[in-house]
Amino acid sequence: MNNILVITRKELRHYFNAPMAYVIMIAFLLINGWFFGSNLFLNNQASLRGYFGMAPLILLFVVPAFAMRLIAEEKKQGTLELLVTMPITDIEIIAGKFFGAVTFYAAILGLTLVYPIVVSSVGNLDWGPVIGGYLGLFFMGSGLIAVGLFASSLTDNQIVAFIVSFLLGFTLFLLGKMLSYAPTALVPLLSFIGFDSHFDNISKGIIDTRDLLYYFSLIFLMLFLGLQSLLNRKK
Amino acid sequence: MIKVQKLNKFYGSFRALSDVSFEVKTGEIMGFLGPNGAGKTTTMKILAGYMPPSSGTAWINDLNIEEQSLSVRQNVGYLPEANPLYTDFTVEETLRYISEVRQIDKDAVAQAIDKVVRQCGLAGVYYKPIEQLSKGFRQRVGLAQALIHEPSILILDEPTVGLDPKQIIEIRELIKNIGASRTVLLSTHILQEVHAICDKVTIISGGRIVASDTPEGLQQKSEEQVLGSLYVKMAGTIREVESALKTVKGVTSVTKKDQEKKNINGYTVQIEKGADIRNDIFRLAKEKDLQLFELTPEKASLEDVFLELTK
Repeated sequence: MNNILVITRKELRHYFNAPMAYVIMIAFLLINGWFFGSNLFLNNQASLRGYFGMAPLILLFVVPAFAMRLIAEEKKQGTLELLVTMPITDIEIIAGKFFGAVTFYAAILGLTLVYPIVVSSVGNLDWGPVIGGYLGLFFMGSGLIAVGLFASSLTDNQIVAFIVSFLLGFTLFLLGKMLSYAPTALVPLLSFIGFDSHFDNISKGIIDTRDLLYYFSLIFLMLFLGLQSLLNRKK
Repeated sequence: MIKVQKLNKFYGSFRALSDVSFEVKTGEIMGFLGPNGAGKTTTMKILAGYMPPSSGTAWINDLNIEEQSLSVRQNVGYLPEANPLYTDFTVEETLRYISEVRQIDKDAVAQAIDKVVRQCGLAGVYYKPIEQLSKGFRQRVGLAQALIHEPSILILDEPTVGLDPKQIIEIRELIKNIGASRTVLLSTHILQEVHAICDKVTIISGGRIVASDTPEGLQQKSEEQVLGSLYVKMAGTIREVESALKTVKGVTSVTKKDQEKKNINGYTVQIEKGADIRNDIFRLAKEKDLQLFELTPEKASLEDVFLELTK
């Protein structure tokens, strides 16, 4: 556990040492801020629907942008050799990196809490969907981080990692959006694999174990694949 | 103690290591010598726990590198070939992070960092980011990270590569001091380095161990086996001396090497393996009334040994 924490702290230090993290943070806040603010007064409703409607799409770009470096950069700089020859297991490395990125993401997400605070100060905000929406974004973002970590483990090129991560995330996103075009028999399966239904449920404030299981399974699968990719050096 | 036994490594169908076996005793500094692509780095990566061998095994302080990999890694300080470091970290951040991942006791961290900073001469750059450091200082940071947990075994893959002559001398001096109390396996293709630092040399070529001895022992063997030539300086015309020398039994060729003054020349006399013709040459000079100024067996350098063994 201590080793995971050490790697988590190291990853956070990398994030906050580099200007890229601040650029990503500002971009995320600006874009989301625009979607949050632009419709708020038009609709004249104390709701964050605009923000929660667009945030998943923005995450598809933002998460790969900060997850792409997780392993690819270590491979490129050669520091992976130093890391894996420390008295630490490969599972701890993967877990530490994942939690580092999740903590960074949680910090970015935490900054957007200013939106509900602003709304609640000017209107009567229903906090149930807000908490659900944030939980949904947190789980979806964590799932995308796991996808990004796996993509990053496949290459030493961060751009390639970004593209692979984006394509995988976008596929999961699209699956839920294209159910009306899919054969009826496949609809339940595609609906389960896609992000959409799970995010919708949680953001409505409905915490269903099936949705949580979906996100945990996705994270576990992607981290497992990332671990296998890391272990590939031993073959 | 490092004990390597019949290590083999395949990359696909390419055999990078073939039955590599050697031993480094406690307190020894062993130079691992070989041309590029000989298998030095592969061997070191296996010993450091980066990857397993295809077959064969090794023990570090009686711990099996595969079965007790975590314990082995705790005992080893490893400086990889390209000295990879996190360039966005400062020296302080690097050493702090390494001490955490090396699980150094919290109360002992400050002392451990202080010790390696002094040992490696890093005080002046302690708060500087690695990306702003010269190659020499980066190498020192690489050594410091390998030393911070006071490992009994040090594996250093080409620790002086790319450094300027002054830095090379400093790093060698540092390794020598460190090596006084530790077992060190050091790879290099710089032969003077072996002479300057190592107690023992193992030469690897094409993934096979071709020789293992002390630097002096290897040189001695080479004088007996590798080279067979004498340097002879004699007075007389070149034709006269050459033809006279060629009459001596055991001489295979005579070539003029240098000239001291007119009609006093130095010659390289190649002789048959194992032959000792010094007395015959002395007698020849006396018989033919040729003044003999110098007669020296040509000594093989470690370079000659290396070139011969890695042919």
